[in-house]
Amino acid sequence: MMRHLLSAGDLTRDDALLILDTAAELARLADRPIKKLPTLRGRTIVNLFYEDSTRTRTSFEAAAKRLSADVINFSAKGSSVSKGESLKDTALTLEAMGTDAVVIRHWASGAPHRLAGWVRGSVINAGDGTHEHPTQALLDAYTIRRHLGGVDGRRVAIVGDILHSRVARSNVTLLHTLGAEVTLVAPPTLLPVGVESWPCAVSYELDGVLPKCDAVMLLRVQRERMQAAFFPTSREYSRRYGLDAARLALLPEHAIVLHPGPMNRGVEIAAEVADSPRSVVVEQVANGVVVRMAVLYLLLGGGEPALAGRAAEPAAAAIGGGW
Amino acid sequence: MARARVDDSVAPPIPADLLDRGFRSVLDASDIGRALTRIAHEILERTRGGHDVVLLGIPTRGVPLANRLAERMSHVESRPIPVGSLDVTMYRDDLRLRPARTLGRTDIPAAGVDGALVVLVDDVLFSGRTIRAALDALHEVGRPRAVQLAVLVDRGHRELPIKADYVGKNLPTSRAEQVAVRLTEIDGVEGVFVGPADRTRTAGADDPSHPPQYDPGVPALHGGAR
Repeated sequence: MMRHLLSAGDLTRDDALLILDTAAELARLADRPIKKLPTLRGRTIVNLFYEDSTRTRTSFEAAAKRLSADVINFSAKGSSVSKGESLKDTALTLEAMGTDAVVIRHWASGAPHRLAGWVRGSVINAGDGTHEHPTQALLDAYTIRRHLGGVDGRRVAIVGDILHSRVARSNVTLLHTLGAEVTLVAPPTLLPVGVESWPCAVSYELDGVLPKCDAVMLLRVQRERMQAAFFPTSREYSRRYGLDAARLALLPEHAIVLHPGPMNRGVEIAAEVADSPRSVVVEQVANGVVVRMAVLYLLLGGGEPALAGRAAEPAAAAIGGGW
Repeated sequence: MARARVDDSVAPPIPADLLDRGFRSVLDASDIGRALTRIAHEILERTRGGHDVVLLGIPTRGVPLANRLAERMSHVESRPIPVGSLDVTMYRDDLRLRPARTLGRTDIPAAGVDGALVVLVDDVLFSGRTIRAALDALHEVGRPRAVQLAVLVDRGHRELPIKADYVGKNLPTSRAEQVAVRLTEIDGVEGVFVGPADRTRTAGADDPSHPPQYDPGVPALHGGAR
């Protein structure tokens, strides 16, 4: 049984489909006058955020509240962390208050894995460093499935700063698990070492890839994680890898444009593309809430988690070693 | 499947998985059909033509039963009877006793349930806990004028003050016995079967609400137990 959601690689195909199906049923409740469900009444979920976040934190908060859980928001700013408290001590403090789950966002890759060894409750990774962001991958898969009728066999391009992107890592793993064909598109400097071993194709040219895409996912250029010059200027980046109206026209009619947000308009995505009907960016936010509800429900709703996890499948090979 | 039996010609066929576990048939397809026809007429009679009736089936097997009732009632009254489904999973009181269950479909007819006479439809009435959960779920959908309950089988052993208004068949059972309903729309076969206590399952005592002894052969009902 899977108690934590730390990595998209933890999920079997059945687990992932169960989450997406559950989210689809939960989405049907979203247009009801009373959106709240009593399912997690009396359970306490802590949002432990060591990094700035608008949509992920509010999305988890909305998801937990719609399931009637009690939510405690904790952000590193203005807490004892600024007095030097370690992650472990913070975690044990929260644990002592009787929390059933911790949703953690941390600047250090691997922090959720460490946390999972210290607390009794479930740990849900809401983004750790440049490592993983599994619920983002789930909501992207959910969005692709809604628009394209499925994920299996669909061609998805992930464009931009792959090197610093936990969204890209989680998406490659999850979309591969679900049977999609993923192509990473980025300048060579923004591709991580060892990308050849990932279950996806790699291209340096966006224009050649676009006509063969069912979905394009654009990533934000993460200046705050860049300690070196990865490309000459953002204008040059934008000219080669930014999605503008001319490139949008290269896409097949049915193709959709995703972006995990926050967007740098004019850099990786042109304003007219962000606002075009092909862009599903705003819908991704709404889908994030139902997908996170599904994850919380499946991990916490029952007496034990409903997700089997990879550990239950001895034959399952770890994907993309060296991450 | 077809085990050589002398009385094959008279006894209704029992699905192999149930036969192996010692189930016997109590209702066959035509019995179920007659029971549903009678219930359809009873609903129309008691609601004087069912002008404000909305049928809501409880997944999994309450849904096809509700559809069949709606079809029969529409036929008699020559107008469509609104029918939908109401998933109660998120409202169950036994959620924490087992892994989270797969959600069923909730599908409320467009006109809603406010001011309507809602008839909940389920296959087996046992502890009454599913119906309690359904009343909670319904409460968040709207405010019906009244709520009634129709079940194919009432097997007794209520744990809550809940009573069915329309019953296909009263089936006296021991608490440990298993009742399995099979419907063509879902299972490809049709019938109601009773089997002996399942000794392989010990958790049953904790969970009489949607009990393992009720139909352990169908994973759909135990979606979470993966």
